[in-house]
Amino acid sequence: MDAVIELWTALPVVIQIMIKIVTIMLPLMILVAYYTYAERKIIGYMQVRMGPNRVGFFGMRLWGLGQPIADAVKLMFKEIVVPSGANKLLFLIAPMLSIGPALAAWAVFPFNAGLVLADVNAGLLYILAMTSLGVYGVIIAGWASNSKYASLGAMRSAAQIVSYEIAMGFALVGVLVAAGSLNLGDIVAAQQGSVFHWFWLPLMPLFLIYFISGVAETNRAPFDVAEGESEIVAGFHVEYSGMTFAVFFLAEYANMILISALSALMFLGGWLSPLPEAWVDGVFLLDHGFHWLLIKTFFFMFLFLWFRATFPRYRYDQIMRLGWKVFIPITIVWIVVVAVMKVTAMPWWFN
Amino acid sequence: MKAITNYIRSLFLFELLKGLSVTGSYFFARKFTLQYPEQKAPVSPRFRGLHALRRYPNGEERCIACKLCEAVCPALAITIEAEPRDDGSRRTTRYDIDLFKCIYCGFCEESCPVDSIVETRIYEYHFENRGEQIMTKQMLLDIGDKYEKQLAADRAVQANVR
Repeated sequence: MDAVIELWTALPVVIQIMIKIVTIMLPLMILVAYYTYAERKIIGYMQVRMGPNRVGFFGMRLWGLGQPIADAVKLMFKEIVVPSGANKLLFLIAPMLSIGPALAAWAVFPFNAGLVLADVNAGLLYILAMTSLGVYGVIIAGWASNSKYASLGAMRSAAQIVSYEIAMGFALVGVLVAAGSLNLGDIVAAQQGSVFHWFWLPLMPLFLIYFISGVAETNRAPFDVAEGESEIVAGFHVEYSGMTFAVFFLAEYANMILISALSALMFLGGWLSPLPEAWVDGVFLLDHGFHWLLIKTFFFMFLFLWFRATFPRYRYDQIMRLGWKVFIPITIVWIVVVAVMKVTAMPWWFN
Repeated sequence: MKAITNYIRSLFLFELLKGLSVTGSYFFARKFTLQYPEQKAPVSPRFRGLHALRRYPNGEERCIACKLCEAVCPALAITIEAEPRDDGSRRTTRYDIDLFKCIYCGFCEESCPVDSIVETRIYEYHFENRGEQIMTKQMLLDIGDKYEKQLAADRAVQANVR
């Protein structure tokens, strides 16, 4: 063990950082690939179909588990078509601008107590900033494509993301008031106790609003007017093909995973076990650990797919009404409620 | 009062949860999907697929070149040429069906006085080159010979309604 640590410290810092990034990125990318598979399978099951079940490995079907690999290989070998009249530089930069923030946000994400790449004290602020940056990728893609569908989709998407950003930010203000810290690790630590100590109970409205705004932020159904295929074909990414399209796709799914993981972290106690502290101490698998965070994240990821299988697309003005006239007032009221609870040191949660 | 209840119902996402419960219950429902090449949908005895020319049990071809099928064919897919055979009976020398023209309406089968031209249950076939879509008399007879048992059984089931 000591030899390993010695070897590790002997490595140049750049290599160390690279290895750290890869250990986060690689599982994340695999998760994204299999999230697309899970989406097709789960939505298929909800529509009483079977979903992909043909592509497997080595001649075995394996319930179609080879499908995401096949899709990825197909997209990699496809031609990247740059439309005539498109701004080539911006056209190619847009997908990168879209995936960059989606991946960068994971830098401050704590996977377990103390297990975090960068233990930043303003972690929550950093995450808010990064998730907001994603909108630039969308706008630039829409503008650089030189297509009216793309620019319409980009404008819709920008307006939607900016509106829901506010409700989302307010929901996070509630969390930060309750936890008294911007550090994500400290936010989880503040929820110590049992399932009823987690923030989802005292912050219930904020929790729901945060997750619904998250769905709107990632342009997922029922808030997918940005790519509403029956109205504007595919929205901001109509003109993208091959790997550039795949990168947008990756960014969208990475964002969904990020929102799910953040909801788990801030409202469902992250890696904390749902059982009372005294019961789980040292008990294998019941004790606090990464697996609890994974289970909670998967729950929210499943909700994304469930929503998509259930709800029809919102009309554009209804989206705006929901964001501005329902969510923002509720969050403002509940921040005051949380502040009062905090100041009066309400028993059970805040004492 | 109604406005208040409506407002509360929409605020607590009542309808949305109901919708989620519907899709949630279908998630566990039995799937309707048929795994096509391995499983196949049941085919009716009235199915109208690829054509065939039948023979009598003694091996004599049924077709007497009356050309009713050619006349009734709405797509003009059937071409028949006929002349007397050596024993003096009228027989076809050419019986072509263009499967690109054919609309599988089954009029030829209905018009046939001797149950010669029939449509089988076969629905999986393809052509790789132009010209292959013309089914000649020999090809049709071969199909008829191959599936005679099935064809006779299907016709027997349908005998009381034809």
